[in-house]
Amino acid sequence: MSIDYNKYETVIGLEIHVQLNTLSKTYCSDSTKYGAAPNTHISPVSLGHPGTLPVANSKVIEYAVRLGIALNCTIRERNEYARKNYFYADLPKGYQITQDKTPICDGGFVNVTDKNGDPKKIELTRIHMEEDAGKSIHDIDPFDSLIDLNRAGVPLLEIVSEPVLRSGEEAYSFISEVRKLVRYLDICDGNMEEGSMRCDANISVRLKGDTELRNRVEVKNMNSMRNVQKAIELESKRQIGVYENGGEVDQETRNYNAAKNETSILRSKEDAHDYRYFPEPDLSPILIQQDYIKKIKSTLPALPEELFSKYTKEFGLSDYDARNLTETKAIALYYDEISNHTKEYKMAANIVMGPLKSHLNDKAIEIGEFNLSASRISEMIQLIKDGKIANSKANKELFPLMVKSPDVTVQKLAEENHLIQESDSDALLEFVQQAIAKFPDKAEAYKNGKKNLLGLFMGEVMKLSRGKADPKVTNQMIREELEK
Amino acid sequence: MKVDDKLVEHLAHLSRLEFDDVSKEKMKFDFEKILDFVAKLDEVDTKGVEPLVYMSAETNVLREDKVKGEVSQKDALQNAPKKDTDYIRIPKVIKN
Repeated sequence: MSIDYNKYETVIGLEIHVQLNTLSKTYCSDSTKYGAAPNTHISPVSLGHPGTLPVANSKVIEYAVRLGIALNCTIRERNEYARKNYFYADLPKGYQITQDKTPICDGGFVNVTDKNGDPKKIELTRIHMEEDAGKSIHDIDPFDSLIDLNRAGVPLLEIVSEPVLRSGEEAYSFISEVRKLVRYLDICDGNMEEGSMRCDANISVRLKGDTELRNRVEVKNMNSMRNVQKAIELESKRQIGVYENGGEVDQETRNYNAAKNETSILRSKEDAHDYRYFPEPDLSPILIQQDYIKKIKSTLPALPEELFSKYTKEFGLSDYDARNLTETKAIALYYDEISNHTKEYKMAANIVMGPLKSHLNDKAIEIGEFNLSASRISEMIQLIKDGKIANSKANKELFPLMVKSPDVTVQKLAEENHLIQESDSDALLEFVQQAIAKFPDKAEAYKNGKKNLLGLFMGEVMKLSRGKADPKVTNQMIREELEK
Repeated sequence: MKVDDKLVEHLAHLSRLEFDDVSKEKMKFDFEKILDFVAKLDEVDTKGVEPLVYMSAETNVLREDKVKGEVSQKDALQNAPKKDTDYIRIPKVIKN
C-alpha cells in the first residue's frame, strides 16, 4: 500500500540544552574544563555528599539574561530553583537542581526562514537554568558501567520551543539560528558533536487542517543538526505509517541511531518518569532587577540580525552576502572592521567571502588565527579602486603575498612584486608605439577597417609590459595611436 | 492514610529498591505511621499563611565564577564502593 504522506503535517517542539562556557560549575566551584582526566574536577558538593550546600554562580544568571534578551524573552523578576528527583548513577544527589515553575525566561522568539525561504517566527515557551549530570560510559568495560562526574553540575540553559515547527528543515534552521546566537553571545561554543549543545525533539503528526495535537514521541540522542533533521523526517514518516495502517502512536521516548538512521523505543509511557518536583530549599531565590537587565543589555555584542540589517540597508549588500558574512561572529567582526576603513562595502564583502575564506578553508584555520589585519584589506581595496591593480590579479596574486607578509604595506608588496599595472601614460605610450612599430602591415590593415586586429596590439602591449598595463587605458591609447 | 501494595511498589521503583513480601508489609506499616504522624499538621489552620520554603529571607546569594575547592581524584573516589584508578564502577545499567 502506498502512503500519501502529504495528507499529514508534522508538529515539532524542540528542547535545546546549551552548555555554558563558564569557568566553574553552576552550584559549586569545580572547573568545567572539558577533556580532563576522569573524576578530577569534582568536590564534595558535586559528589552530593550529605551536609554540603550549593551556591549559585553569578555568571550563569548573567548568561541566562543575555540569552533571554537576545531571544526577545521576558526576564523573570523572582527566580526559584527546584529539585527534579530521579535515581541514576551519574546523578549523585539523586536530584537535579533545575527550575520548574519559575523559569528565568518566558516567551520570546527566534526568526528563521521556512523551506520556501520565507521568514517565520518560532515562538519559545521558556528558558530555564539547570545543571548537567555526570557521564556514564557503557562501552569500555564488559561488566561495569563507568562513571565520570567531571560534568556533574556544569551549567545548562534549556531552551524550549512551542510546537510550531513543521519540518525537519525548519528545525535545522531553528537550531542553527540558536547556535549562531549563543556563539555571538559567547556563552556556549555550540558544538553539537561534542555535546555542548544537545537537542531533543517532540514530534507528532496530524491530518492537515486538524487543530488538535495527537500523541507525541520524544526523540533523543541526535548529535548533529543534520541528525535532528533526519530523525524528525524519519519519525514523522514512521508515525504516518502507523496511523495509515490503522494503528495508534504511543506516547513514548525513542532513541535515534545515526548509523542505522532509525529510531528505537527507549521508554514507554508506563516507564515515564515521575520527577516529584519540589522547591530547592538550599538555594535562596534570585531577584533580577530592571537595572541589572539594562546593564547586561548595554554589554551585548551586535547580534547577527542587527548586522544583517546594517549590511543590507546601510551597505547595500544583497541578502545572500549579508547572510554569509554574519554566519559566524568572527567573520562578521572582521568584515565590520574593514568597513571602518573603506566605503567599498561590496568589494570588501567579495574579498572576505572569496580569497579570504578560501585561504581559511585551505589552511583549516579560524579567522582568529588569521594574522592579516583588516586595514591591510582596505589598502588592497584602495589599490584596486585606484586602478593600480586588476581585481582578479589582486585576489589571485597580491592577496597570498599579503598573507605571507602581513607587516608590509600592500602598496609596497605590489610594487616589489611588479603587480602595479602601468597606467602611467608615458611608459604605456612607449609600449603602444613599440607594438605598432613591430607590425606596420597590421597597423595599415587596421586603418583600412580590420578593427579586430586591436586584440593583436593589446596582446603585444601586455607582453611588453609583462601584464601590468591597465587594459582599459591601453585599449583607448592603441586606438588613438592607430587612428592618428 | 492507607498505603497499598501499588504505592509501595511505585516508590520502590522510583528509588530503585526491591522488597520481598515480608519487607513490603513492614514498609506499608511504616509508611502509614509516618503519614499519619505528618497528617497531624493538617489539624493546624494555615489559612492565609504562605508556605515556608527558605529558612532565611536572603536573596541573591551568589558567588563569582572562580574555580576552587576541588578534591583530588583519589579522595573523590575514596567512598565509592567499587572503583578503579579513574572511574566509579557500577553494575551495567544498559544492554550493549
